[in-house]
Amino acid sequence: MMTRASTDAAPEAGYNFAYLDEQTKRMIRRAILKAIAIPGYQVPFASREMPMPYGWGTGGVQVTASILGGDDILKVIDQGSDDTTNAVSIRKFFERTAGIRTTTHTREATVIQTRHRIPEETLQEGQVIVYQVPIPEPLRFLEPRETETRKLHALAEYGLMHVKLYEDIARHGHIATTYAYPVEVAGRYIMDPSPTPKFDNPKMHRMAALQLFGAGREKRIYAVPPYTEVRSLDFEDHPFHIQTFKDPCAICAATGVYLDEVIMDDRGGRMFVCSDSDFCEERRACGHRGSMLAEAPAALTGGNTHA
Amino acid sequence: MTALALGFADQVTQAQQVFGAVMNALAHPGRLQTLRIDIAPPRPLTPELAAVALALADHEAPIWIDARLAAEQAVAEFLRFHTGAAIVARPEEAAFALITDLEEPLPLDRFALGNAEYPDRSTTLVFAVSDLSEAGGWTLAGPGIPARRNLMASPWPHDLAEIVHANRSLFPRGLDVLLAAPGRVAGLPRTTRFVEEV
Repeated sequence: MMTRASTDAAPEAGYNFAYLDEQTKRMIRRAILKAIAIPGYQVPFASREMPMPYGWGTGGVQVTASILGGDDILKVIDQGSDDTTNAVSIRKFFERTAGIRTTTHTREATVIQTRHRIPEETLQEGQVIVYQVPIPEPLRFLEPRETETRKLHALAEYGLMHVKLYEDIARHGHIATTYAYPVEVAGRYIMDPSPTPKFDNPKMHRMAALQLFGAGREKRIYAVPPYTEVRSLDFEDHPFHIQTFKDPCAICAATGVYLDEVIMDDRGGRMFVCSDSDFCEERRACGHRGSMLAEAPAALTGGNTHA
Repeated sequence: MTALALGFADQVTQAQQVFGAVMNALAHPGRLQTLRIDIAPPRPLTPELAAVALALADHEAPIWIDARLAAEQAVAEFLRFHTGAAIVARPEEAAFALITDLEEPLPLDRFALGNAEYPDRSTTLVFAVSDLSEAGGWTLAGPGIPARRNLMASPWPHDLAEIVHANRSLFPRGLDVLLAAPGRVAGLPRTTRFVEEV
């Protein structure tokens, strides 16, 4: 895993820097500025067709394309991993259309585009994290009409969401929502943090980095400025809890991190490893060894598989 | 007829840099961001105001200019040519308002505040000041500020305190403010409030 220099792949000829035309960038940039000024509020924007299907991060890609400069270093993760198809193809997209440097190291990146995770390493001031969002409206499954959800946000009428969480408690004895767990931003708007595990919600609270969210199909951009209050909704008698894991990461022994289940065979063999591949690798490079490191498949441990 | 002043030499790069500075200014209210600008627009339009307009305005984002700027015909010509934006007389139609006369009261009740459902449809006010400093002046708090931050602008725009105070009660509607001094820009999004010193 490494930083890729911009020189080994000259940007494709015939495209504007970072693919989007300047008028589109201006439109998206204006939306981003208003999103920052109104934390958690969904700004409509004229989402463009991108050379990838909806669901592959077209919103995040448009936000990233609009903020990137020639000096930026981009990291792209999908479910915490730098080497999955979505992450690799978006990274290549920007290497080819913007000629910028990319990295897998969280610390080195100035812009991090993510699908459904926040890196384990604490993000720093000056970094920007861009979330790919499938459904930006937290009230959508409770109220399908956009005209109505607009009104609910305008009136800060969020009783529906509390009823939904309460029904979880009535049915399951606890709040059973585990991802896309709704948050209240800066004491006003209820926001969908995108389908990140609720494990990551506390990282959003007063994060030093700027958080931008792009939903391409749904044509919405929203933001959380640095050092902004982000509270996961809960009840006094049912306070918000994050997931906990019984055992540390099987290959790097990290605790207090989000783990993915890996099926080892068809006889029930499995292991739990860090979902953040860069974090896990750095720990192993520092000599941390998990209990199953020896038997873990190479794709998990040595696998510098991405080109 | 005089020749039109030039726009950005490298539009793609400079528009991104100006946007980046403005984005960081609004994300970190009160912190000064560097603006590197090499354009010389017709006076009294300042290079910083011109740069913000060139980077962010276009045919979908009209510009309002104050009476002092409007008095100089070359200013509107320059902005129209380089941005393609309409120069509007009605403040409520403006996405950006460029202000150089800090003494003259602004038509504050006429700028777009957005509405309750679409608070983003509001005017961003861009003031030209001579100097900005992170010491003294007003103490700021709000999203983007870890605890407190100070900002001093000189001269201090006549209407600024009223705008910031009004933003508190109007939220989520409101006016977002950029203050641009030579080579620097600071932001006061509608979430920023003044902390009254004891």
